[in-house]
Amino acid sequence: MKIIKALKAFKGGVPVPHAKRTEDFEVVKMPVPKKLIFPMVQHLGAPCTPLVKKGDYVKVGQKIGDAESPVAAPVHSSVSGTVTDVRPILYAGGVDVMSVEIASDGLQVVHELVQPPVYNDKKGFLKAIRESGLVGLGGAGFPTAIKLSPPADKPVDILIINCAECEPFITSDYREMIDNPQGVIDGIRIILGVTGIKSAFIGIESNKPKAIEKFSAILADDSLIKVVRLPSRYPQGGEKQLIYAVTGRKVPAGKLPSEIGVLVQNVNTVSFIAEYIKTGMPLIKKKVTVDGSAVREPKNLEVLIGTPLRDVFEFCGGFSEEPGKIIMGGPMMGVAQFSLDNTVVKHTNALLAFNKKDAAITDESVCIKCGKCVEACPMNLSPLFINGCVEKNVIDDTVKYGVNDCMECGCCSFVCPASRYLVQSIRYAKEELKKRAHKAKK
Amino acid sequence: MEQKDIKLIAGSSPHLTSGQTISIIMRDVIIALLPATAAAVYFFRLNAVLVIITTILSCVLSEYIANKVMKKPVTIGDYSAAVTGLLLAFNLPPAIPLWMAAVGGVFAIIITKQLFGGLGMNFINPALAARAFLMASWPVAMTTWTKTAVDTVTSATPLAIIKKGGEVAVDHPPDIINLFIGNVPGSLGETSALALLIGAVYLVARRVITLEIPLAFIGTVAVMTWILGGDSLFTGNFLYHLFAGGLMLGAFYMATDYTTSPVSFTGKIIMGIGCGLLTAVIRLYGGYPEGVCYSILLMNLAVPLIDKYTLPKSFGGGKAHA
Repeated sequence: MKIIKALKAFKGGVPVPHAKRTEDFEVVKMPVPKKLIFPMVQHLGAPCTPLVKKGDYVKVGQKIGDAESPVAAPVHSSVSGTVTDVRPILYAGGVDVMSVEIASDGLQVVHELVQPPVYNDKKGFLKAIRESGLVGLGGAGFPTAIKLSPPADKPVDILIINCAECEPFITSDYREMIDNPQGVIDGIRIILGVTGIKSAFIGIESNKPKAIEKFSAILADDSLIKVVRLPSRYPQGGEKQLIYAVTGRKVPAGKLPSEIGVLVQNVNTVSFIAEYIKTGMPLIKKKVTVDGSAVREPKNLEVLIGTPLRDVFEFCGGFSEEPGKIIMGGPMMGVAQFSLDNTVVKHTNALLAFNKKDAAITDESVCIKCGKCVEACPMNLSPLFINGCVEKNVIDDTVKYGVNDCMECGCCSFVCPASRYLVQSIRYAKEELKKRAHKAKK
Repeated sequence: MEQKDIKLIAGSSPHLTSGQTISIIMRDVIIALLPATAAAVYFFRLNAVLVIITTILSCVLSEYIANKVMKKPVTIGDYSAAVTGLLLAFNLPPAIPLWMAAVGGVFAIIITKQLFGGLGMNFINPALAARAFLMASWPVAMTTWTKTAVDTVTSATPLAIIKKGGEVAVDHPPDIINLFIGNVPGSLGETSALALLIGAVYLVARRVITLEIPLAFIGTVAVMTWILGGDSLFTGNFLYHLFAGGLMLGAFYMATDYTTSPVSFTGKIIMGIGCGLLTAVIRLYGGYPEGVCYSILLMNLAVPLIDKYTLPKSFGGGKAHA
């Protein structure tokens, strides 16, 4: 099969160091930890309510949290054992989240309700997907059932599988492409069959030639699914940048991809769907890349959701030197963790530990208006002006500079020679605006 | 290692940077200016050395004193004052009295830069502002040109020679080769287009500057002088205009000054074209033979306005922001 070249190159972006030294490391299954914690918010949307209480016995795959709101994903236990506590815990997001603590008995008894789902139509399929607790595994954690059901008046004709994995260090998506390409393709076929979407494209960055080869070999005569080779430039995996590269279509500012007839799913999300339809086992484990300058043995792991970060790093030989920063996710968009007691959640795709030197925060100096952030911004914004508004505390003005179009990819801060905290100030502005809108409603 | 008592930094993403800093950029600018510095020393000998040392010292010292007086952190380490000093020297005639050059440095740093808040806050190019200030204060010293090498006989600059209605039209204009390599009278660092272009290639390769402003600037001057610079339309010797005067210096090193130029692509093009138009108009119709300095200063003033009206639309954004 002919591999398709990307139609368009997005504007801006930065050449990040790939640092994918774990790409040839096969996925190792981590043993079942003794104590696990399941926060009730592991998705974008309404928080779940715990369905279990202290002292309850739970089994693998048992639903332990759910919400009434459709925009949510239920939480399942990844072990069998006893609920030891249900209490709010502070997470890196800065808010307390109700969490269920479970002591595992090591037996991994599977719950009776874990059965391959039976569905007759799209509605039944979406219901099953919701029950699986699936969220977008690329990092944002949007409930997949919602994403799979765009408004009826927005017909979707293209499915794109996001295999860009443009963040440095992370190779968990790459391992899925290499180890389970058939699962990915099965998942694509399931989605195509249920949604009636006409064609699918697998978008892979050019720095993963083996993955491109694998897929094109399997899909040699396939007319529905095609492989697209993408330029290796950060943030190629950004949803809007990916869509533009593959289809040449631009998602209108402030709108979702369904607006222009596109659905994007992460590669691990898709292969999970295939496995779930086969086994009925909800989302209870994750592929996680463990790397960084302070990690003794970098690894690709299969980790049970709820596993404390401490256990993960211990399994990787502990720290080679004192870590200054622990990041969940990639170094460009990942969230710095303040405690090793926090746990692996649904959208965790990497855990990076950096030594003191790599973690050091540079002091800001003055903006010299060099315009490098404007050049680098893949959303075509002017981060320096937004930053200026925040400095002057005229937050309302940031709206006209397009602050809400920012996806916080970090390109601007990456290139800034003055080490301005651009992304941070943009995030602050967004949060302030949200608060003000909330107040205005009241 | 024991994991119990680890103190973690919970900073905002991104957790990676390109490692680029302001001092690296300024150092690159100084490196890019070295060929032109060498050319200046070669053509104007001791005069060049003395003027360059004087302006750099004057600028760096002024910055240091200003920092101290204002009780701010000392910022001479970012090399920006040194760059201003070097650029100022490039804009001065070789035989200028050294005390005048020193006053220029003080004006550039104290008045145009530090009084407005220091690096990143000045609204016009400090070196050019200082040149304009010196020009207004001591016009004779600022327009007394020496021939190249150690010859101290006064002469006229190439642009003054071809200036229509000028008083010095008796001289023959130098040939284009001498103009290109810089063996002509003029300000210290502006004469050698060759040396300036070598440095410009370095700046572009190091991604310190982009080509929008210089190309738009030079292109506009070329077109304007070609159309209007001759005895009849479309007969102007535009090559002469490109290599004479301070065009190369201005286009690559002064108009591209970060703080006093627009940030967006469109804005940069407008800046370049504006500078080009003003330069050509001043050269062809104005009272001065050279217009690069004033054209850049005038366009500097328009930069906030240009930035406001050339704000890029966000990706996929139909609606204009601002």
